[in-house]
Amino acid sequence: MKEVNKSVPKKDGMGLTVGKPAYTEDLAPQNALTVKVLRSPYPFARIKNIDTEKAEKLKGVKCVLTYKNVPRNIVTRAGQGYPEPSPHDKFILDEYVRYIGDEVAAVAAEDEVTAVEALKLIEVEYEKLEPVLDFERAEGHPSIIHPEKEAHEMFPTGFNPSKNIAAEYHMSFGDLDKTLKKCDYVVSERYYTQAQNHTAMETHSSFAYVDINGRLNIVSSTQTPFHARRIVGEALGLPLDKIRVIKPRIGGGYGGKQALHGEFLVALVALRTGRSAKLIYTREEVFEATYTRHPMRIDVTIGADKDGNIKAIDMEILSNTGAYAEHALTVFMVAGSKTLPLYNKAEAVRFGGKVVYTNHTPAGAFRGYGAVQGNFALEATIDKLALAVGKDPVEFRVQNMIKEGETSPVFKIMGEGTEGVDMTVDSCKLEYCVKRGMELCGWKDKYPRKQIGKNKVRGIGSAIAMQGSGIPCIDMGSAVIKLNDGGFFNLMVGATDIGTGSDTILAQIAAEALGVSTDKVVVYSSDTDLTPFDCGAYASSTTYVSGNAVYRAGRKMKGLIEKAGAERFGVSKDEVEFDGEFIRTKDGRNSVSLSQLSTELYYSNKQKQLMVCESFCGEVSPPPFLAGFAEVEVDLETGKVDLIDYTAVVDCGTPINPNLARIQIEGGLVQGIGMTMFEGVKYGENGKLLTNNFLQYRIPSRKDINKLTVEFAESYEPSGPFGAKSVGEIGTDTPPAAITNAIYNAIGVRVTKLPVTPEYILMELKKKMK
Amino acid sequence: MKINLKINNINRDIDVEPGEVLYDVLRRCGFTSIKKACGTSSCGVCTVLLDGMPVPSCSYLAVKADGHNITTIEGIKEEADRIGKFMVEEGAVQCGFCSPGFLLTVIAMEREIENPDSQGIKNYLAGNLCRCSGYEGQLRAVKKYMGVSE
Ligand code: FES
Ligand code: FES
Repeated sequence: MKEVNKSVPKKDGMGLTVGKPAYTEDLAPQNALTVKVLRSPYPFARIKNIDTEKAEKLKGVKCVLTYKNVPRNIVTRAGQGYPEPSPHDKFILDEYVRYIGDEVAAVAAEDEVTAVEALKLIEVEYEKLEPVLDFERAEGHPSIIHPEKEAHEMFPTGFNPSKNIAAEYHMSFGDLDKTLKKCDYVVSERYYTQAQNHTAMETHSSFAYVDINGRLNIVSSTQTPFHARRIVGEALGLPLDKIRVIKPRIGGGYGGKQALHGEFLVALVALRTGRSAKLIYTREEVFEATYTRHPMRIDVTIGADKDGNIKAIDMEILSNTGAYAEHALTVFMVAGSKTLPLYNKAEAVRFGGKVVYTNHTPAGAFRGYGAVQGNFALEATIDKLALAVGKDPVEFRVQNMIKEGETSPVFKIMGEGTEGVDMTVDSCKLEYCVKRGMELCGWKDKYPRKQIGKNKVRGIGSAIAMQGSGIPCIDMGSAVIKLNDGGFFNLMVGATDIGTGSDTILAQIAAEALGVSTDKVVVYSSDTDLTPFDCGAYASSTTYVSGNAVYRAGRKMKGLIEKAGAERFGVSKDEVEFDGEFIRTKDGRNSVSLSQLSTELYYSNKQKQLMVCESFCGEVSPPPFLAGFAEVEVDLETGKVDLIDYTAVVDCGTPINPNLARIQIEGGLVQGIGMTMFEGVKYGENGKLLTNNFLQYRIPSRKDINKLTVEFAESYEPSGPFGAKSVGEIGTDTPPAAITNAIYNAIGVRVTKLPVTPEYILMELKKKMK
Repeated sequence: MKINLKINNINRDIDVEPGEVLYDVLRRCGFTSIKKACGTSSCGVCTVLLDGMPVPSCSYLAVKADGHNITTIEGIKEEADRIGKFMVEEGAVQCGFCSPGFLLTVIAMEREIENPDSQGIKNYLAGNLCRCSGYEGQLRAVKKYMGVSE
């Protein structure tokens, strides 16, 4: 392999590093109207009256939108495949507002100052309603958050808005109760995870204009341009042929830009005023009015026999989707479907629970997508069980975990919102990952703890994780390759590079398949008019799903080049091969460079355009695996926890670009570390988010990260492009469990609620003393 | 009111509002390399150099900059390219949104401290947040660029 498994520099790397205009706001026309949103000050209310007259009269105001003058079509903004597993429960603007930050009205004005001024002139009379702020009391609460008759599910998902239930799901195999009774060791625990915010550095941004042909063009920081086109069409009642969505460079997404935020409003303003219109979220708006990770309560029970063989696993979840049910069912299901197969020898497994509505900021997709929450609960309980059995937790894992060539009944039973697919894991180097990780972190010396001075103890902990590679049988990616004169190629993909480097790794895959060098492949991505379809950047799909489409297209183009060469030489195709630069007959008599052949094809000999299109929709979703090891130091006096070292060994098949794969893992780890140790979420009494800026909501800084050690296992996934699996999410999954297991090993305190704070540690230490 | 800024060595008289921050003024003047992420001087993304020192332009009043030298990435293309190359070769750039502010801070560090070690680098750059990279790649790149071995 010449072009893959090689750290080719990221194609857009230099341009981005030196600040070339590339992101949505950089590209918005200078004279675009500024759109600002009036947001609800109440967690739950009905708008009794809204008077926009004064605002409309203000000089410079061009358009004011309220629920009274926008189309009333109910959609989900979730940005998923169609039909969506998320219920349709959101209007562009509604007479009900369901959380502090929900949209009440929008103003478009010549400049920001005027738009902000106009917001103040809008007079709103609210009927305040009793909010649902405690998700453990949401079901059956007297306040019904979605009373609107239009709300509906697209297929059975357990949707029951009259009880504030957004989704419900249960599955089981084997007889759980009976199996648990027979177990020699049974442990249980209850865990809580918080509403982590993505905090992509670029806030959600979009602008829209009507082009010379009268079509609506939207430029947006979206992870899902094709879904965005479909959903904007649905919400506005606009035929899809009237809409184009373009994704420029994106300043980070991590799931937070999978959904639509702002696109409806800029589109409406552009259509109504004929002017371009932009909406750039403030940081506060991102915190209060986009998405969070779904907070969950997770109950786990696991049983093992006397030899430490896991026999039964029970996982029961209550998930909080906030005011709208975006990704409600699927995130919750992934908490089981991407964790339970890790221990595939269990004879009885039960998984189930509910997702409830509350009057909080909606939850949505976030890197790891439920697997993080599920992994925290499962892997912490595994440690607890290992201790009960009297085994080293790592050896206990190795004894019970899934191995190459094996399967799990969970694969078939659980998909994302629907049934899953039967599959064996054809590439799984988890055992290597675990053993190598133990070596790298010095497990044998460090487990379980070491006293460091009088008041400090170090502990080491571990966790394993799996993710997927796209949603099988649902998510499709496609690629077009075009040969140009001079012998270079255009690769057009719908796949969405959100900073991940997907443009680069897809070019590498194309180059490898064609046999040319990566710099001969020019990529254009994510434009609904000009590129073929792709579901978008989510569910760890790009390397595997889009990558396979690119691989197929590359192979096909290579065949076309050889055929054109054969025609030129007047021989049969089998007699010709293309080596990346020259097309030759195998007998060595004829040869022509690609550069010359392609130029002839344009201008002088058997003229035609060589172009191919291929698609890929996976039948399986090969999981990447990771073994994570955390070493922490706990200060017994202050309760402060420092992360000394984090080691991760990863099986993502062939890393197409080792540097970019590594940084995906490192970035994922630090987001998981943030969730575990730093990113506290606080609400005021009325449901107001208090942690709505970077002063109150602390993401890890470089000083918080002492040492990350990342390595890749040698692995080859037979169904992946050149052996690759995806790598985007798996890094996020292990820190919550590995770090809290390390804390337990250090001081005997089991952290069951995230994030870990010094107060929490001190309180638990005090309890232990008693 | 009118202020005078020497932006990337070119003197400009600019009309500003009394409460306007440097970030808005510079973007308005077409310096789009400057990004904003927090608006509360907590992330370093909007960093520019004021008389060579890094300041958060999102929270720096434009009037306070009157008569001073401002440097943005547009003004130090060669240095930026040099550091940028190390960043890209290390694979340390993901979304890139934090990069311009980061690069300017690295340049200021280079001028300010001689032979920093890893911890020194981390301390100097602590105010520059990055949500994508996990920081390690950036550290590797800066160490290589500055020839720090340990
Ligand atoms: S945007 Fe200025 S410091 Fe964050
Ligand atoms: S590269 Fe995305 S925030 Fe730093």
